[in-house]
Amino acid sequence: MSDLSDTAAEIHDEFSEHVDATVDDVEARLEKLVTEYKVPLAEARRSVENHYLDEAGLDRDELGGRGNDTVQVEDVDEPEQWVDLTAKVVELWEPRSDSVGQVGLLGDPTGTIKFTKWAKSDLANLEEGKTYRLGNVVTDEYQGRYSVKLNKTTSIEEVDEEFDVGDNEDEVEGALVDIQSGSGLIKRCPEEDCTRVLQNGRCSEHGEVEGEFDLRIKGVLDDGRDVHEVIFDEDATEALTGIGLEEAKQMAKDALDTTVVADEMRETVLGNYYRVTGPTFGRYVLANDTEKLDDAPDPEAVLIKARSI
Amino acid sequence: MSNAPTREVARRVFADEFNDAEFTFKESDDERAPLYALLPTGERANRVFVVGTLTETEDIGEDSEYWRGRVVDPTDTFFVYAGQYQPEAASALRDAETPTYVAVVGKPRTFETDDGSVNVSLRPESITTVDEATRDRWVVETAERTLERLDAFDDEGNEYAERAKAEYGEDVSAYRRAVLDALEDFDVQKTTESSSAAHQNS
Repeated sequence: MSDLSDTAAEIHDEFSEHVDATVDDVEARLEKLVTEYKVPLAEARRSVENHYLDEAGLDRDELGGRGNDTVQVEDVDEPEQWVDLTAKVVELWEPRSDSVGQVGLLGDPTGTIKFTKWAKSDLANLEEGKTYRLGNVVTDEYQGRYSVKLNKTTSIEEVDEEFDVGDNEDEVEGALVDIQSGSGLIKRCPEEDCTRVLQNGRCSEHGEVEGEFDLRIKGVLDDGRDVHEVIFDEDATEALTGIGLEEAKQMAKDALDTTVVADEMRETVLGNYYRVTGPTFGRYVLANDTEKLDDAPDPEAVLIKARSI
Repeated sequence: MSNAPTREVARRVFADEFNDAEFTFKESDDERAPLYALLPTGERANRVFVVGTLTETEDIGEDSEYWRGRVVDPTDTFFVYAGQYQPEAASALRDAETPTYVAVVGKPRTFETDDGSVNVSLRPESITTVDEATRDRWVVETAERTLERLDAFDDEGNEYAERAKAEYGEDVSAYRRAVLDALEDFDVQKTTESSSAAHQNS
């Protein structure tokens, strides 16, 4: 095939869902520009694409480039990407705005992701528990969390695929190099739905309150290449340090000081290597499972590499 | 994203290379800009993580406590200094019973001696005692990271390798040898241990 017919086929693929033209039609338009008017192929392509965009009443943005990547949920790590996705509707939520037709959670074996379907998109309704192949959805990001948006160019096709939806867990490992302030025995605001950590007995929202004790560690795992911030909740903190909430309270009572708890924890765990798995929220990994790495490392592979340089 | 400065990675570097990292620099004129030591294998280090044997501690302060600890790895010795501004690290050194394995997170610092030579030392953020398995893991990991730097040393556009070449020269074979020694040493140790275990079993 010539460059011309390759390009024609590509353009045809881009528009096959939107425009009723054959590859030959496309090629004829290209050829006219390239051979008759001596327009460079790249420019001719742009021009022909614009023609079909006009015809379909689309913006270039809505076209999604030359064929979308088919992605899995865990691959979504950039906003404003046009992708295809096969996913199950895990949950439908109540839309909070009239502009939203449907909102909820999609999932595939690699994890879950929020989706929004605009009311004006005029698409068929998705049903909970069913799996769909979604063509041409656009990714979005808000505070480190990704979502996909269904729009008027999105294609929805129900498919018969069964899989278990994954849980979006990340695995990070490295040496625990820091336990940050706000770790150890802390107090949280007791107001309903407010779990803010108190600073000097004050909640930033509710002022001076009688706090409730909790255990938490904000730690940093570092593998020499990257740093990962990890949050350990009460259970994970106890599993990591061997210090439970009651013991921590007793330690603080004996010392008349809550900071002894974090100090003791630092001495126990800093400098050790851990592998942590859990979901990522913003910049933090929430530790669901923590494993101390204390098996003997194997120097053999590194030795072979060292000798080969 | 937040505007908080991103946390600096703790580099892995053996003592022989660390002690050669005499050249320090900042990336901007801001006085709060982080200070980096330039590693001879071509990386900048604002923070390092080291694990080794704490062999000696000494209070060398005159008016107030100022602790020096010697932390030994398979290649050389890290010098760790902690005074009143590093109270946790200072008390860790004060209370430590040597020899013991320690993990140190800290910042590279340099000072010029009376005879004009530059000494590189470590200002600790934390010092904790760890077990042998952690020390072993660090040795293998540090060998790996050092090899990665050596691998990339001649890559085009490797800014810190260019600077390292200008400051320290292009010969990095000593660091490769140190990696080999560290790993082989480690290998021999382990083999001896397992063969003596085999003897006991027979």
